[in-house]
Amino acid sequence: MTKRITIDPITRLEGHGKIEIFLDDKGDVANAYFQVPELRGFEKFSEGRMCEEMPRITPKICGVCPTAHHMAATKTLDDLYRVTPPRTAVLIRRLIYNAFMFEDHALHFYFLGGPDFVVGPDAPASERNVLGVIAKVGLENGGQVIDIRKRVRNIITTLGGRVIHPVCGLPGGVSRGLTEENLEEFRKTARDAVDFAQFSLQLLEDVVLKNETYVGLITGDIYRHETYYAGLVDDDDRVDFYDGDVRVVDPSGKEFVKFAPREYTEHIAEHVEPWSYVKFPYLKAVGWKGFVDGPKSGVFRVAPLARLNASEAMATPLAQAAREKMYSTLGGRPAHNTLAYHWARLVELDQAAEAMVELLDDPDIMGDDIRTLPTEIPTEGVGIVEAPRGTLIHHYTTDERGVITQANLIVATVNNAPGICMSIERAARGLIKGGNVSEGLLNMVEMAFRAYDPCFACATHSLPGQMPLVVEVKDPDGEVIERMSQFVGT
Amino acid sequence: MPKPKVAFYWNASCGGCEEAVVDLAEDILKVADAVDFVLWPVAMDFKKKDVEALDDGEIAVSFINGAVRTSEQEEWARLLRRKSGLVVAFGSCAHLGGIPGLANFSDRQGVFDAAYGYLPTVDNPKNVRPQTKTKMPEGELELPEFYDTVYALDQVVDVDYYVPGCAPPADLILEAVTAILEGNLPEKGAVLSPPKSLCDECARNETKPDKIEIENLKRPHETFMDPEKCFLAEGVICMGPATRSGCGERCINANMPCRGCFGPTDEVRDQGAKFLSALASIIDIDDEDQMDRLLDSLPDPAGLFYMYSLPVSMLRRKAADKAK
Repeated sequence: MTKRITIDPITRLEGHGKIEIFLDDKGDVANAYFQVPELRGFEKFSEGRMCEEMPRITPKICGVCPTAHHMAATKTLDDLYRVTPPRTAVLIRRLIYNAFMFEDHALHFYFLGGPDFVVGPDAPASERNVLGVIAKVGLENGGQVIDIRKRVRNIITTLGGRVIHPVCGLPGGVSRGLTEENLEEFRKTARDAVDFAQFSLQLLEDVVLKNETYVGLITGDIYRHETYYAGLVDDDDRVDFYDGDVRVVDPSGKEFVKFAPREYTEHIAEHVEPWSYVKFPYLKAVGWKGFVDGPKSGVFRVAPLARLNASEAMATPLAQAAREKMYSTLGGRPAHNTLAYHWARLVELDQAAEAMVELLDDPDIMGDDIRTLPTEIPTEGVGIVEAPRGTLIHHYTTDERGVITQANLIVATVNNAPGICMSIERAARGLIKGGNVSEGLLNMVEMAFRAYDPCFACATHSLPGQMPLVVEVKDPDGEVIERMSQFVGT
Repeated sequence: MPKPKVAFYWNASCGGCEEAVVDLAEDILKVADAVDFVLWPVAMDFKKKDVEALDDGEIAVSFINGAVRTSEQEEWARLLRRKSGLVVAFGSCAHLGGIPGLANFSDRQGVFDAAYGYLPTVDNPKNVRPQTKTKMPEGELELPEFYDTVYALDQVVDVDYYVPGCAPPADLILEAVTAILEGNLPEKGAVLSPPKSLCDECARNETKPDKIEIENLKRPHETFMDPEKCFLAEGVICMGPATRSGCGERCINANMPCRGCFGPTDEVRDQGAKFLSALASIIDIDDEDQMDRLLDSLPDPAGLFYMYSLPVSMLRRKAADKAK
């Protein structure tokens, strides 16, 4: 008799995400599916719009990472009009972007992903949340998390108009610059952000790396996939969140290809399945071989660990030191351990903070020249940024009046969709044997996809609580045999 | 006295409304203390059947954000309506249809043909489309039905109040929640934000000429926008005259014009038509050729004037195919 398990996180990736696990006659896992049951059709309704509105339309894809879409759209407009923003405008955009990367990564580590480690994967679910983290690290440090996020988010509010759906991006520049007053305040915030990132890395070392059980979990087989990795790099192949070429490494860590944003269609394609509204990207040169890993499968992964794997170094000194420590512990680059995404996220948190300091120390950031008016006739443009959750691609074609004729968007979590499917399946297979659905399944499966910080979890990671996860075991008639819930009160 | 039961739910939305509530931080904890949350998927475990098990009207108030685009979203809206004394449409998408409502310029087939058909990275030789039911070797997988049309919440269920904005600002959220919990309620159907237009409140009024007269339009990327001056007086489209105030002028403070996320004021039925008439009154052109050039310089007036409100406008959507 085939049994069916539905895991319905009832939360968001362009809406909700859902997991279906089928058991075979022996009660082992026959297959697992990660479904996205919603679509809003941004690509279609972008057609006909005036292109300069895209930085204000596309952030509505995600209210948690609107800055990523805002910046990808703005850069696509630069490319569309073949206009180079003045140096001051680029520095301001980078400041906004690093502030965004910092606050988003901090949120994930302390509110969503971190509790598994800081509080412990076996701790009661009711403690495995930000309040549990605060209890472990002390109220003073816990308060710092909230305080530093608020101040860093204020940088985005000031320059972008709003932190939920910023509006400042224009082709060739930004709509407003910094004041002297801003500069002083932001510099203090940035320095405090570096201290906070260093504190976070130390916390990881003290609580996670000195605990053999946790290290075993990170380096174990259940959370491991040997895939390709992709991420933006600068001219020296260092991690760059805002700009650069996309570098892809193979599962052995060797450079497979490096391409400019405009060439992305030569390298990436998206496979369609009838059972999900989300598409599944893969490397064209390798081909779609299904939800499998290894060098013969075109599945690639993105986001923090993938960015570190796909680059040669970090762009700032303290982050580079943290990176070296991570790889020496994990046995070198690339690291295939999905749970190491959390570690890589903190290395990036550090780079984002250090980058803010550098940007604010650059005298050009106070320049008056914040826009270059576009003069070219627009035709086609591509803009790629690294969203916190991975490589994000916008691609528009327009008529000569700058009206969108076609828009293609490949969002970060979509790039990771095949990897998420595979990680869920492996965790389920590792845990469910002979029809026994262990209580531990819930958090084990949750940890498998929470490492990616998938966008359907975005909205949850800002509240003290677990991702609400419900598992139902149904017989073939759809009758619920067993129901378990992870959530145990606030 | 038992605490009032409160539900918070999302439909076709981005999560920004949830973030806006979360950004209230300490303030929302006070609210949470005063109420009993029976449904809040972002924060709490729940199941549809838990809500179904409640008595009709047992929930004091349900705040629902997001537009309605799928069968699942419609079911949720109807369920919460039945179980709730008050339903509040929260944010632009529930209030007006919002940005996802721009999809009403197309339909389901248009959306699918783009997403799974002609876009440059799609690899779909068998022309597969997502199905509501798919037979796999191990069993059947289901997806909710994707509708042809995007609906605002009040086009699907009766709505008592509206909290406008994309996303609603913190002060309006707190005022709305407080008013409802204290039973200090305005007339049913009210939008919980000041009734004036954004222009009435705008800081740039000081520099606005008594009578605006413009001879041409400039798109935001085509001109250096003066951080002090009225956008319309400079020929840049700003939705201020047709848009309700209460947003805190967030976009204008970043030196970008309004795009209308708060919807129209109470007297106005159709935000886009209102803006068109406001625009016509400030255009100072007698020459027909010059007028043609002006119109050519604004290639997507419908998308701009109805950026947030197409589903509730008099246009509502593109004409439906009669065969459907």
